[in-house]
Amino acid sequence: MIQAPPHPLSGGIELATHKALSTRTPIATPPLPDTFVIPLNPQAGAPAEPQVQAGDRVLKGQQLARPRGPRGAPVHAPTSGTVRGPVVRPVPHWSHQQAPCLLLEPDGLDRWCARPAVTDYRRLDKDALMDVIREAGVVGLGGAGFPTDIKLAATRGDPAPLVIINGAECEPYITADDMLMRERAEHLVAGFAVLRHLLQPEKIMVAVEDDKPQALAAMEAACAGQTDVQIFSLPARYPSGDAGILIRTLTGREVPSGTRAAELGIFCCNTGTLAALHQAVILGRPLISRITTLSGQALARPGNVEALIGTPVEHLLHFAGLRESDMHCLIQGGPLMGHSLHSAEVPLLKTTNCLIAGTRAEFPDPDPTQACIRCGLCADVCPVNLLPQQLYWHARAMNHSQLQAHNLSDCIECGACAWVCPSTIALVQYYRAAKDAIQQQQAKSAKAAQARQRFEQRQLRLQAAEEEKKARRRLAARLRQQAQPPQTAPQQATAPASLPDEQRELKIQLSRTRVQLKKATRTLENLSQDSPDAARIRQQVQSLQQDMDQLQARQTPASVQPSGSPP
Amino acid sequence: MDTAAITLLGSALLTLLALTLVCGALLGAASERFRVQEDPVVESINALLPQTQCGQCGHPGCKPYAQAIARGEAINRCPPGGQTTINALAELLDRAPATLDPSRAKADRDDVPRVAFIREEECIGCTKCIQACPVDAIVGAARFTHTVIAAECTGCDLCVEPCPVDCIDMITPDGATDRPSWPLPPDLPHSALWKQSLIATDRQGETR
Repeated sequence: MIQAPPHPLSGGIELATHKALSTRTPIATPPLPDTFVIPLNPQAGAPAEPQVQAGDRVLKGQQLARPRGPRGAPVHAPTSGTVRGPVVRPVPHWSHQQAPCLLLEPDGLDRWCARPAVTDYRRLDKDALMDVIREAGVVGLGGAGFPTDIKLAATRGDPAPLVIINGAECEPYITADDMLMRERAEHLVAGFAVLRHLLQPEKIMVAVEDDKPQALAAMEAACAGQTDVQIFSLPARYPSGDAGILIRTLTGREVPSGTRAAELGIFCCNTGTLAALHQAVILGRPLISRITTLSGQALARPGNVEALIGTPVEHLLHFAGLRESDMHCLIQGGPLMGHSLHSAEVPLLKTTNCLIAGTRAEFPDPDPTQACIRCGLCADVCPVNLLPQQLYWHARAMNHSQLQAHNLSDCIECGACAWVCPSTIALVQYYRAAKDAIQQQQAKSAKAAQARQRFEQRQLRLQAAEEEKKARRRLAARLRQQAQPPQTAPQQATAPASLPDEQRELKIQLSRTRVQLKKATRTLENLSQDSPDAARIRQQVQSLQQDMDQLQARQTPASVQPSGSPP
Repeated sequence: MDTAAITLLGSALLTLLALTLVCGALLGAASERFRVQEDPVVESINALLPQTQCGQCGHPGCKPYAQAIARGEAINRCPPGGQTTINALAELLDRAPATLDPSRAKADRDDVPRVAFIREEECIGCTKCIQACPVDAIVGAARFTHTVIAAECTGCDLCVEPCPVDCIDMITPDGATDRPSWPLPPDLPHSALWKQSLIATDRQGETR
């Protein structure tokens, strides 16, 4: 029943996996921490809106916050207790970001809220079932944190979709999915039934790397007799567990650039996500806990824990016997795609699959970066067949058009290129910076295009209004002309022109001076008396006043004459 | 020279003359028929400008500045576009990239995006800002409170000056600075090592 994948993995690297560190003990349950920190800014989507207030007593599984946008997931209380906050706290992010978080002080009773009665989900309307999944806050636990119901909805339209369960945990140290498959394979198989009901898939493919024989055996035993399930044993090679690469090795199909697997009719999810789906539908439990690997040489008791979301990382590390003096770095996620944490106070997120407390011997500081020697090793290992070296040159020059021509957006940031680079160039960081810059540039251009359109429309409108005004004036003039008796017409026509040039000049000058005077007077009023400018401006006002008097004197006798002329 | 040769020469000349006339007529007709209304260079320059219509370059809008650039004006006078725009213009026009003209850069300006915000309780409804806004991003009517459509505002601050009651602020919209962007690694490009490690062909590639 276990098969080899039909298509080879191109590129990739073989790594020392360090997985045995954390697979010696079964999944443990740490005690409750003193305080839970629950970020309102999830990985994906808009920040959630709190549904509770500071001081409220909440029960385990109660909804604490609702997503504001369509791409978010609700947040639930990991245990019963009292809510405080929201306060701004450090959250796990590479930029040492701080974000608004709710705090929850457990009461120690761990009392569940009323859960919807567990009914037979097969009798439930499928849309209602999707609502159950959304309300349970199920998101992709593999790393992206994308809401699972959106992914499911995108595949539901397909007549015969393909389900791929990703158990290929290819990064070193991480064993959360491995332990989940070993210990709870029957949960995953129950999850298959939910997916069958929702999607009616043609086949369910389970992919596990061949360095996890116990997980493979457990899955095979649990799936016995299920003819639509195929289990694939992948060669242990990084990054075979990336969704796009996994789809290619299992089906030979390539997810086209800029599209999602759902558009090919493929629903690909992580084993952890499937377990969360099972808990949400069959047990009625929202996603409030996950299996996380605690590993690294600075831990006395590395292993996997079923940790509640929002548990501070330091609490988990101390549970695993952290030797603080030995810890050189603290990494969330794997050593290749993860990022280091600046503080152990940050909470565990739904997407935190691994925490590594590494010693200096394990994670030595990198050698100093040297110039690219154009060896081409990076291109050999790139699993998505890009040209990392070209991307590097263009990223350094921030040449956006060339980067796009070399398909930078298809880079999965696996870090294989940087791993093999003999000059220790931080290639992935260049790509991330370039991707960010391109994204910002695109947003700017979109805004510029919009502004330009609005500007041009406005110009057209103003021009049209001006022309309309002119036309109206011409029409009015013509009407006046027609209304006048013919003998007075020549007199009328000459009347405006009869205003001598000198007079007009005077009039214009007078009004200009009046405006200047007004402005200067206002400035003077606003200035304080002792300001050095005050004297100057007062002088200015006086001279303007004189000018104006003169002008008025010159104009008054003259202006009598035109005012007497016909209108 | 005999008559045959003269005839031959004459016919050749006549043929050439006929050809010239025909081609000239064709070209003339084509130039009339396919006359380009807009200067394509101006259009492509304009496409690179940020379209804030702010006038900080000394021209009344982005397009006039694009026309000025096409006539040979300096490409470093657009503060909202910043270095990115200057580099893009330099590449388009094959001119040397420059840094931003310091006389154009406002001292209090940084890269943070801003939008105008009207303190509505102070607005007297004079419509002066509406007339100043180059992209129609302010809604309101005479003697009614005005407000800014933040999504359409380009942050040009042209509305701030005409306001008689000074009720317009330039603010940073929520979420504009929330998402930090990855920085380029601070390695080789700035170190002396990088300059030394260039080989001749690299240098050619760089200047090209």
